[in-house]
Amino acid sequence: MIRIRNLAVRIGDRLIASVPELDVAAGECVAIVGESGSGKTTTLLATLGLVEGAAVSGEIRVGDVDVLTAAPADLLRIRGSRAALVMQSPQAALNPTMRLGTLMRRALARHGVKGGEARSRADEAVAAVLLDPAILRRYPHQVSGGQAQRFAIALALALGAEVILADEPTSALDVTVQAEVVAVLRRLRDERGLAVLFVSHDLALVSTIADRVVVMKEGAVVECGRADAVFTRPSDAYTRELIAAVPRLPGHSGERPGEEET
Amino acid sequence: MTVSGPAGAPTLQPQLRRTALRGLAGMDRLATVGAVLLALIVLAALLAPLIAPYPDDGGSATHPLEALLPPSGAHWFGTDQVGRDVLSRVLYGARTSLLIAVAVLVIAGVVGVVLGVVAGYAGGWVRDVIMRVTDVFLAFPALLLSLALAVVLQPSVTTVIVAIAVTWWPWYARLTASVAASVSTRGFVDSARCLGVPAPVIVFRHVLPNSLTPVLVQLSLDGGGVILTAAALSYLGLGAHEPTSEWGLMVQQGQSLFTTDWWVVTCPGVAILITAFAFNVLGEGLRARLAR
Amino acid sequence: MLRYLTRRLGQAVLVVAGVVILTFVIMRLVPGDPAVAYAGPRASPAELAAARARFGLNDSLPVQLWSYVRDLLGGDWGTSLHTRRPVRDDLFQAFPASLELVGAALVVAIVVGIPLGIAAARYKGKLPDLSIRISSMLAVSVPVFWLALALQTLFASGLGWFPVAGEYDANLDATSPLHVYTNITAVDALFTGNWPILGSTLAHLVLPALVIAAYPAGVIAQMTRAALIEESSRDHARLERALGFGETAVLTRFALRPALNPVLSLIALVFAYSIVNGFLVEAVFNWPGLGRYAADSIRSLDTPAIAGVTLLVAILYVVANLAVDLVQGVIDPRVRSR
Repeated sequence: MIRIRNLAVRIGDRLIASVPELDVAAGECVAIVGESGSGKTTTLLATLGLVEGAAVSGEIRVGDVDVLTAAPADLLRIRGSRAALVMQSPQAALNPTMRLGTLMRRALARHGVKGGEARSRADEAVAAVLLDPAILRRYPHQVSGGQAQRFAIALALALGAEVILADEPTSALDVTVQAEVVAVLRRLRDERGLAVLFVSHDLALVSTIADRVVVMKEGAVVECGRADAVFTRPSDAYTRELIAAVPRLPGHSGERPGEEET
Repeated sequence: MTVSGPAGAPTLQPQLRRTALRGLAGMDRLATVGAVLLALIVLAALLAPLIAPYPDDGGSATHPLEALLPPSGAHWFGTDQVGRDVLSRVLYGARTSLLIAVAVLVIAGVVGVVLGVVAGYAGGWVRDVIMRVTDVFLAFPALLLSLALAVVLQPSVTTVIVAIAVTWWPWYARLTASVAASVSTRGFVDSARCLGVPAPVIVFRHVLPNSLTPVLVQLSLDGGGVILTAAALSYLGLGAHEPTSEWGLMVQQGQSLFTTDWWVVTCPGVAILITAFAFNVLGEGLRARLAR
Repeated sequence: MLRYLTRRLGQAVLVVAGVVILTFVIMRLVPGDPAVAYAGPRASPAELAAARARFGLNDSLPVQLWSYVRDLLGGDWGTSLHTRRPVRDDLFQAFPASLELVGAALVVAIVVGIPLGIAAARYKGKLPDLSIRISSMLAVSVPVFWLALALQTLFASGLGWFPVAGEYDANLDATSPLHVYTNITAVDALFTGNWPILGSTLAHLVLPALVIAAYPAGVIAQMTRAALIEESSRDHARLERALGFGETAVLTRFALRPALNPVLSLIALVFAYSIVNGFLVEAVFNWPGLGRYAADSIRSLDTPAIAGVTLLVAILYVVANLAVDLVQGVIDPRVRSR
């Protein structure tokens, strides 16, 4: 669903993200991990052509659309309907003056879905993320962080997105809510074959959902591979450092990561 | 309320600690234009006696035979109703306007900062009393209170300065009070207090210097507003009077001639416009630069 | 919320009390004897004494202040020296005319300023933005009295497109007399179907309203631009872009609503400011509003009238500020705890 080749994002002379190769297939979850400033969020945003004030080169494909060469109208069309974003700060990502249902309705209308079809899609999507339909009548400040994130995922479902780009979707939530949100993503990946590109600094969390892992440091990819391989036999010193810092991971305790559900 | 200046300029963040001069370096082009314009106006005001083609016309000279000549090589901006060179009077008018602006900003700035820093440091009822008095003065629109005061004090340039200063200080008091209140909670103020440093010393040696930056920027923003208010008062006949060269007064004296001898009114009017514009874009640029 | 409300109201009442005292002090400072001004220069000593007694000028200052406050509360704003009518009645007549003018100006300013602010934010850093920034800066820098003279000379005296001065053609009072309800001529004419006077009033309104609109249009455009740029750099704008909305849609359909909050506050404050700014414009266009009344009062050292105008405008300011704070308190819970 996503195919990235030789991606380079530069601000002036500074290379802030460089990814030689990254693919995400349907039904697969790929995680990009790294510290802040490692270029992981930039890579995610570049996938939708949302990087501002920087020069982006290389090749990015979402489905059959080449993001960097697409006509502006085509680019706008794939945003949301092909690949949807779930952002870090749950409430700040929602317009404070707008009911969630209004946002949902406008987003659907933007992609040509109106009337009864829009209503049934909205209800179906909200149910799929285990939210009460009443949430559509609420304002962002009236919902919890976990609800807001699940609503963001519901937006993606309603729009029929095949790819979910999740930018630290759980780092602002507490642990039990984190698990809920990740469980929803995992279920959608398995049941609906969604492709998930998951950016996080939290390796313990990543190990519970990722099929493959890309480790980034200072804008460059230092390691990538199958999740179990990366976690059990990291080849890069930096990756080893990251893993060693997380007590629950196999590199530390020798146990298998929590991937039993895949 | 979050409006901090008569022009409705949004409040600066108290934590700004950079100086205005450093801000000049990275300003956008529009603000640079403002800075250059303002520099030229200041230069014109300072050098008026040297560069004015007819220096005497800045004062009481009259040349009845040359009255109301249209712009020409000899009189670039034409002559007024008593034959004085309008260009010379516009140049001398810059002196009056800038003098008023500087005097108002200094007086209002000093009064406002002192009251504000005391209110901000003392807190409690002292702050409440000072802030309510400030609110009362803020409730009077500058032009209106100036009008009333100008009636009381008899028309003159000094009256204009006093009248505008009286209505302008509350903005600085309010701004300084909020900054000083946050400065007063910092560690070095606490340690000074514990060491037994007397309150006045703490206020003026420690709190005041650390609360100044936002006020200085606000002052630079307000020059345009002061010049417009001063011109309005003079236009209403409550400010400068003959033979002083003052732009608002020149507009008032020439207003009946607008249809026939446009230059008499247009030149001083445009001079006010350009000066206020220069102050406003410069102040805006400074604020945008410092707010980053 | 209730505590915030009462505290804010209490503050407003205190400020109004301060305004009354300050007004009183300024009026005491006015040179000239109000008794002479009222009774006339050739009045006999007995007439002067009567006038003195009538205005309570023989009492001590605190007593005078007290009776001043008592009268104000009782709705007696004094008697104007130059119109010889109750100041309150004069204000009731003049204020609606100013309101009509400033109201029209603010409508123009909002209709022009907000779209310009949106356009500037949409093309930030490009030519449209630069030209809008320059024109809005010019609009707030232009001396109103000069702009009034210039437009009057050009479009009224010169080209004859608009009437030179006044509120409507006085000859119409004979042919189609106006029934007065609100004292706002345009409104009265509209609701009584008095088309000739309505047309004449609107024609007379155009130039002075445009002049007064310059400043608010400029600041509204600047504030809208700044608020939109800030709002469109927030997280929610990124999500909206990621949902497939283009820049224009993000600005107008999503960012505008939250950005309007500071703009609305600004409009309330700029309204009170424009009333006073309008004084100068009323003088040029001979508009029968507060400005002309104030100018006449100042010329004749009409103390009660000057005090009345000052007080009215100051109260208007306090109310505008209060309205802004309360609205913000309702919208933003953080404001309440300040």
